[in-house]
Amino acid sequence: MSDGTRTKTLPGKVGLFFTNRDALEPALVTLFAAVFSLLAGVGLIFLVSKEPAQSARNFLLGPFLRTYNIYYMMIAMVPLTFTGLALCIIYQSKHMSLIVDSSFYIGAVVATAAGIHVALPAGWHPAFAMLAAGITGGFIGLLPAILKIRWRANELVSSLMLNYVFYFVGSFVILYFLRDRNQTILSSLPFRNTFLLPRLIPNTQLHAGFIVAAVFVVLVSVFLYRTKWGYEIRMIGANQKFAAYAGLSVPTVILYSHFVSGFLGGMGGAIEMAGLYKAFIWQMNPSYAWDGVIVAMLARKNPKFVPLSAFFLAYMRVGADFMSRRGDVAFEFITLLQGLIILILASDKIVNYFKARRLQRTALARTAEARAAGAPAGGAE
Amino acid sequence: METILQAVDLCKVYGNGTAANKFVNLTVRRGEILGLVGENGAGKSTLMKVVYGEEPPSSGTLLLDGKSVRFGSSRDAIAAGIGMVHQHFMLVPSLTLAENLVLGREPRKKSGMYDLNRAVRIAEELSAKYNLRIIPRARVVDVSVSMRQKLEILKTLYRGARILILDEPTSVLTPQETDELFAELKALRDKGQTIIFISHKLGEVFQLCDRVTVMRDGAVIATHDIGDVDRQTISNEMVGREVRLTLDKKAAAPGGTALEVRDLSFVDDFGITMVDRVSFSLRKGEILGVVGVDGNGQSELVRILTGHARTLTGSVRKGGTDLTNASPRKVRKAGMAHVAEDRMTVGTALPASIADNLLADRYSEPAFTGGGFLRRSAIQAEAKGIVQRFDIRCSSPNQAVASLSGGNMQKVVIGREFTAAADVLVVSQPTRGVDIGAIEFIHRTILSMRDEGKAILLVSSDLGEVLSLSDSLIVMHSGKIVAWFPDASAVTDKELGLYMLGLKTQDEIEIRKVLHE
Repeated sequence: MSDGTRTKTLPGKVGLFFTNRDALEPALVTLFAAVFSLLAGVGLIFLVSKEPAQSARNFLLGPFLRTYNIYYMMIAMVPLTFTGLALCIIYQSKHMSLIVDSSFYIGAVVATAAGIHVALPAGWHPAFAMLAAGITGGFIGLLPAILKIRWRANELVSSLMLNYVFYFVGSFVILYFLRDRNQTILSSLPFRNTFLLPRLIPNTQLHAGFIVAAVFVVLVSVFLYRTKWGYEIRMIGANQKFAAYAGLSVPTVILYSHFVSGFLGGMGGAIEMAGLYKAFIWQMNPSYAWDGVIVAMLARKNPKFVPLSAFFLAYMRVGADFMSRRGDVAFEFITLLQGLIILILASDKIVNYFKARRLQRTALARTAEARAAGAPAGGAE
Repeated sequence: METILQAVDLCKVYGNGTAANKFVNLTVRRGEILGLVGENGAGKSTLMKVVYGEEPPSSGTLLLDGKSVRFGSSRDAIAAGIGMVHQHFMLVPSLTLAENLVLGREPRKKSGMYDLNRAVRIAEELSAKYNLRIIPRARVVDVSVSMRQKLEILKTLYRGARILILDEPTSVLTPQETDELFAELKALRDKGQTIIFISHKLGEVFQLCDRVTVMRDGAVIATHDIGDVDRQTISNEMVGREVRLTLDKKAAAPGGTALEVRDLSFVDDFGITMVDRVSFSLRKGEILGVVGVDGNGQSELVRILTGHARTLTGSVRKGGTDLTNASPRKVRKAGMAHVAEDRMTVGTALPASIADNLLADRYSEPAFTGGGFLRRSAIQAEAKGIVQRFDIRCSSPNQAVASLSGGNMQKVVIGREFTAAADVLVVSQPTRGVDIGAIEFIHRTILSMRDEGKAILLVSSDLGEVLSLSDSLIVMHSGKIVAWFPDASAVTDKELGLYMLGLKTQDEIEIRKVLHE
C-alpha cells in the first residue's frame, strides 16, 4: 500500500475523490457495471427491435438530443437523490430497511394535506410542508427500527410489509379526506398556489427542488463523514459488536439513523408534490425506494456520489422513455438493465477481483525478490 | 531415515494478498515426531492446511513418498493417508464417541443397516491397539476435553492416517493431561506413525519431538535435531533477534479496592452454570491473574464485568458506582477499559480505518468533538500518537484495519485500551496472536500501568504469562474460584494444574481472603 501519509483527510476516508487504488478499483467496477448494462441494453434492442439502429441511438443519445430531455433528467434526479441519500444512511449502518418507500409516499400525502389546508406565504408554505412531511417520514422510518430493537424482527421484512400498510393508509387519507369529488379521475383537491415550488427555468418543469436536493447531498455528506453521529452510524455499520463494546449506544444509533433516513424520504415526497403537481394524482405508489437502492449501490453508499448515480439512472430512464415513444421497444426493458447492475454490484467477488489479484501478484513478487536477495524471509511488512 | 513427505518451494498467497507461505521447504521423515514451531502468524497453520488439502498452494510442489501430489480437498489428503487434528475439534456433541469415530465410514450389517455394535467394537479395538483410552458409548458432550482429543486422534487413525498433524493440541489441556498425551504420542511413533506437532511452546517441543523446524514470517528458518539445539537458539530464530525470556518486575504495592466483585453467577443458554458465585476484590496497583482451563467461566466472568452479559446474583462496584449489569457504555464511562479476547469480531471494526478504531471509545470527548462535529486534526494527532507509541506498522492512520497484518491489528486494540482514560483494566489474552517482540512490549506496558496505580485483571490461558505477570492469582474451575494465591511467584505450574483440573480445592476461608476485607 503506497499512499503517503495524509494529515488533512478524515478518518475512514481517503482524500476527496480517489487517492488510492482500494477506492479507485471498486469505482471502476461500478463504472463497468454501468457501461456493461448499457451495452447489454443495446444488445437487447438489436434482439427485439425491427429498426435497432434507430432505437439504440434514441436510447443512448436521446437524452441529449432534445433540450427538454435534459430537463427531464434533472427533474427525475430529484426524487432519486432523496431516496438514494436515505438509503446511503441505512446502508452505511449495515441495515436493510426499505421503509423509506413509505416515508416518501406518506411524505407526499402529508404535503398534499399541507398544500391544501394550510395557509402560509409562498416559500414558507412548501418549506413547512417539507418539514412536516420529513418529520412524519422520520417517525415512519423509526417503526422497523423499533421492531428490530425490541423484538429482533428483521427490518427488511417488516419494512416491506409496512410499505403495504402505509400505501393503503395513504390512499385512505387521500380518498376520504383530501379527494376532489368534482373530478372523475382520482385526484386530491388542488394545491394552493403558495405551495408550488418556483421554476428554475421558465416554461420547463425544472423546479427549485433540484437546488434543495443539491444542498442535501452536501448536508448528508457532512453528516455522515464529519459529525459524531455519522461516525457512530459508520461504526455500527463497520462492526456492530465492536461499536457496542467500544461504548456506543447501538439502539440509539439505529433509531436516529432510521429517523434521518425516513426524514429524507418524507422530504423527497413533499418536494415531488410541490415541484411537479397541482394536486395529488398518483394512482399507485411510484416506489422510488427501489430506485434509491440502485442509486445508493451505484454510489457505493457514499452520498457525494449520489448525484452521479442518480443522473445515470435518470439518463437510462429518459433514454428508454424517448426510445419507447419512437420505436417498438418497451420502456420496461430497463428493469432488466437495473437488475443486471444490482447483480454485478452485489457480488463482492467481482467488485474486489482486481484488488485480490493485484495483492496476490505483489505479494508473490515481493517474496521472490526477498528470496533472490538471499534473505530467508521477507522481514517486517 | 527415509523421507515420507516433502514440500518444495511451496508458496501460499491468500486472496487478501497475505503471503502466508514463502518458498517453504519442509522434510518430514517416516516415523518421527517433527515439531513445527513459530509465532502466531508465522505460517505454520497455513502450511499444514496446504498439506492437508484444505487450501491449494499458489505455487510449489508437495511430494508424498517421493511422488508429486495435488489435493483438491481434505478428502484427497485423508485418502492419501494424512490426518489432522484441528485446534477446534470437529465432533458431533450429541453422538457417542464410537459414532463420531466411524462417522462417514460407518460399519454396516448385511442388510445395509448401520451396525452400532460393531462401531463400538471398532472403537474398543482401536483404543486398545493405540493405547488411547476412550469410552465408546459415552456421548461427546459428557466427556472431558482431553478424551475428545484422543477421539480426534483415533478418528484419523481409523481413516488410515500414516501422517498425523496435531495443531496446538496442548492449548486446551492441563499440564497433567499434556504429559499423558505426550506419552501416548511417543507410543504411536514407536509403532511407526509419523507425527507433525505444531506448537509455539518450546518446552513441549523439547519434551516430545525428534526434530524441530522453525518458521518465521512465512518461511522455514532452520531445522534441527532436538539434541543439537537449545531453547535460546530456537526462540531467537523464531523472533529473528535476541529475546529476553525473563521479565524485570518490581514488587507490587497494592492500594485500596478498585473493583468489588461479589457473588456473580451466570447460566448459559444450555442451562449450564458457567459462573458460580464468584467474589473477589481487585486492588489498585495490583495485577490479579485469573487462570483456568479454557471454558471454566473466565470468559463469562469477563463478559459480566464489562457489561456484555448479565449476572443472576450479586454485584459489581467500582468506587461509589454500581456497575451490576451496566451497559458496556456505562462501564467504560466509569473508567474501565477492556482488551477483548476476540479481537477480530469484537475488538476491532475491520473495514473502518485505524483512526476510527483507535478513537472509538473517546470520539465523543470534547477534545475530539465540538458541537457534534468531529475535530479532525485532533483525531489525527491522537491516532498518530498511538500508532507511534505502539508501533503499529501502517502507511497512514486512515488505512483500513483489515489491511494490516494480524499482529498489527492486535496492537490497534491494545493501543486503544492501554491509552484509555481508565483506572481499571480487564485484559483478556493480551498476547494471543501477538509476536514475541510485541509481547515483551505489552508485558512491560502492563507492568508500568500497574506501577502507576491502575488495577488490572489479567485473564490468559498462557500459564507462563499469568505466572510471570501477576502479583496474585485466582484459579477457576467449573465456574467457581477454587484457589487464591496472594503471591503468584510462589506457585508452580504443576500445583496450579491440580487446581485447574479440580483435583484440589482450597477451603472457603482461604478463598475468602481475596475479598481483602
